Amino acid sequence: MGAIQNKVVGPVSEELTLVQAAKRGDDSAFEELVRRYDRNVFRIAQHITQNREDAEDVVQEAFLKAYSNLAQFQEQSKFYTWLVRIAVNEALMKLRRRKPERTVSLDEDIKTEDDSLPREIADWSPNPEQQYTQAELREILSKTIQGLPPGFRTVFVLRDVEGLSTEETAAALELSIPAVKSRLLRARLQLRERLGRYFQRRENGNGKAGEAKGSDAKAGDVKMDDSSGDGDQ
Amino acid sequence: MKCSDFLQELTNYLDGVLDEKTKVELENHLSWCHNCYVVCDTTKKTIEIYRDSQLYELPEDLRGRLRSAIMTKCQQQKKRGPQSV
Repeated sequence: MGAIQNKVVGPVSEELTLVQAAKRGDDSAFEELVRRYDRNVFRIAQHITQNREDAEDVVQEAFLKAYSNLAQFQEQSKFYTWLVRIAVNEALMKLRRRKPERTVSLDEDIKTEDDSLPREIADWSPNPEQQYTQAELREILSKTIQGLPPGFRTVFVLRDVEGLSTEETAAALELSIPAVKSRLLRARLQLRERLGRYFQRRENGNGKAGEAKGSDAKAGDVKMDDSSGDGDQ
Repeated sequence: MKCSDFLQELTNYLDGVLDEKTKVELENHLSWCHNCYVVCDTTKKTIEIYRDSQLYELPEDLRGRLRSAIMTKCQQQKKRGPQSV
């Protein structure tokens, strides 16, 4: 068992060339930056806001803000990290507007360490994701990650889905490196625990969770709210 | 290495940033502690499933519409001047 491999976004030197051209007023260079990162920004925004229309707005607002403030962008950091920071802030603003009764912040202290300790240790079936159709799997993954507080799911998405380094994630979220690492561990363990309800190896069947007796997680139950009372804070 | 130490190092291990000595100790722990092995393996699968899930992919038609809306707004912005964001 070794380390996981990260997704890599395009080469940094090309990115810098595009940024410099865009700063000189070359809109086609800026459009190329949009093409390069729009999918990433959309994914991040939808993970944070959990709402497609909001995510579409965030994509537009984040790129427009980047365009307007390009002159202020210091080229010591990656453009992508800077763009992600703008997008995360826009997405959190959307979330606050949608859930004004709750404080949404990345630096809130959400849970004690003990909440992340593994309680369920049972092994999963081999290739557990193949027990479900693509649509069912997406529903499971979406519901499961929605149950995490925004501060956790944002760190998880930047590090594990988008492949940003710990340092880049810390810079994009204005968090310390230990804070990123601690949130990442807790996010990973909480997701693992929750996905286990769907993916655990069953003793009495072919491993399909939906066929297990006494299982509290069937494919048909996916529409149930998976937040278990500890969702967005 | 105890189970609680393993948990402390899990993220660094999965990210491949452990020093060699700690990595050997951790893998030694995993070789006899079944529970920690399962937690490590299923955490790794969790990450891989999310990374490979294509959750929230941007459909091409929407992508085109968003990009052209962005570029139109950028050009309007340019005409208005740099102060008015």
